[in-house]
Amino acid sequence: MKALVAVKRVVDYNVKVRAKADGSDVELNNVKMAINPFCEIAVEEAVRLKEAGTVSEVVVVSVGEKSSQEQIRTALALGADRGIHVEVEGRPEPLEIAKLLKGVVDKEQPQLVILGKQSIDGDNNQTGQMLGALANMGQGTFASEIKIDGDSLEVIREVDGGLQTLKLSLPAIVTTDLRLNEPRYASLPNIMKAKKKPLDVTNPEELGVSVTSHITQLGVAPPPERAAGIKVEDVAQLVDKLKNEAKVIS
Amino acid sequence: MKTLVIAEHDNNTLKPATHNAVAAAQAIGGDIDILVAGADCGAVAEAAAAIPGVSKVLSADNAVYANQLAENVALLIADVAAAYDNVLAPATTGGKNTMPRVAALMNVAQISDIIAVDSPDTFKRPIYAGNVIATVQSSDVKKVITVRTTAFDGVSEEGGSATVEAVAAAHDAGLSSFVGEEVAVSDRPELTAASVVISGGRGMQNGDNFQLLEGIADKLGAAIGASRAAVDAGFVPNDYQVGQTGKIVAPDLYIAVGISGAIQHLAGMKDSKVIVAINKDEDAPIFQVADYGLVADLFQALPELESAI
Repeated sequence: MKALVAVKRVVDYNVKVRAKADGSDVELNNVKMAINPFCEIAVEEAVRLKEAGTVSEVVVVSVGEKSSQEQIRTALALGADRGIHVEVEGRPEPLEIAKLLKGVVDKEQPQLVILGKQSIDGDNNQTGQMLGALANMGQGTFASEIKIDGDSLEVIREVDGGLQTLKLSLPAIVTTDLRLNEPRYASLPNIMKAKKKPLDVTNPEELGVSVTSHITQLGVAPPPERAAGIKVEDVAQLVDKLKNEAKVIS
Repeated sequence: MKTLVIAEHDNNTLKPATHNAVAAAQAIGGDIDILVAGADCGAVAEAAAAIPGVSKVLSADNAVYANQLAENVALLIADVAAAYDNVLAPATTGGKNTMPRVAALMNVAQISDIIAVDSPDTFKRPIYAGNVIATVQSSDVKKVITVRTTAFDGVSEEGGSATVEAVAAAHDAGLSSFVGEEVAVSDRPELTAASVVISGGRGMQNGDNFQLLEGIADKLGAAIGASRAAVDAGFVPNDYQVGQTGKIVAPDLYIAVGISGAIQHLAGMKDSKVIVAINKDEDAPIFQVADYGLVADLFQALPELESAI
């Protein structure tokens, strides 16, 4: 079976992002970019399924500007077989990304689509679920374990109270949580090999999707700062402060 | 203007996250109805009807909604939402799972995790792990919104007398089924609802050492949390995780033990009223947000703290 994995180019998770001085947007000039960590887990899971013989081909897709091809190459170096770049300008909203991915799903007909549960830039946590609705597929979001059994998929999900197990008919959508796996590092030979793997470029017109905007960002601002606190000398002083100054324990 | 709030519940009890979402709905203004989708969930509908200011409770009581399968519930919500201007749900794992599906069915954007309502179409929400707060305006006629529960004080639970109306529609997408669940059983309060939270990080060194937190948690009636580093290291299960990709908490007292204070962790707890940090590294970033910092070896400090409270 074929697995389709969506990946997103985002600011590296070690970068502390700041608002521009004029508050118009976040400062993204000269900032290190990387594959979204949850998307990396998605790639790893698909590659493991291929290594286990469950999946025959891993196709990786990214929606974004031309530079997103770097992240597709990263995924190819991790073991994906070929890439599809849906080239769009600017920052499309999750609903539009989901519509474009639906276009790719229609063309590629994967049995399994794996995405990260959220990207660490917009923190929206929407795209996989939206794709599920548009493609009329079941969804196993926030997955910590997946098992394919014939034409169905069993997925263990991380939910607020603990873990939930669902059974989905294939084709289905999975979105990854942290504990699904620990992604490998790409080896140098695999990075070199990835440069020769096929990467097709398409666009919204070819997929028959018109990209529109529903949300306008009016501005950004830093969050309210916490006033700096004090250092206490020892446990006794800490307990005294909590009891008599902050009055949060009795 | 009419707003539909999706109730968070387990078929027996209405969860407090619902009251936070109703508070956000009140900030938007207009009439507020609540949708309870579940099975044998009459008690939940009654509890929802008791919330002051709610006009009507719609109760979709059907086996197909028993386990809140997103595929089924999303079809129901999108159907019911035809009569509303806004649909709100708390940004719990339940709301996060279902609402984007609803938005896509309605062909509108979703505004995730709002922390403030500037006007009926303009909201504030954190992005980049809360390092930046974005003000966003929606041009959709109907809005689908999830609410960060810690940003809105819950409305009162008693005093209202809304009518309860049954919704007959049984949507079964036939795509998914419930197999089972493993719910963490604990006598301690739920992490997101606790007034005191004590969390451990990589500095705890292993899962067994989390017992050092338990004695203190028992005395303070606290919930126990953890940083992503502690979860990644396998010390504790992921449902302990506080942070950007885990739970967002804002208790009266948050005690961070052996947690360095990565931005991803701060994103989940920096709105706590009082923050205490215990760490042996005096340069740890956690001290920059802590009201009270104690530079100490946690293996000495924790037993001392337990006996001092």
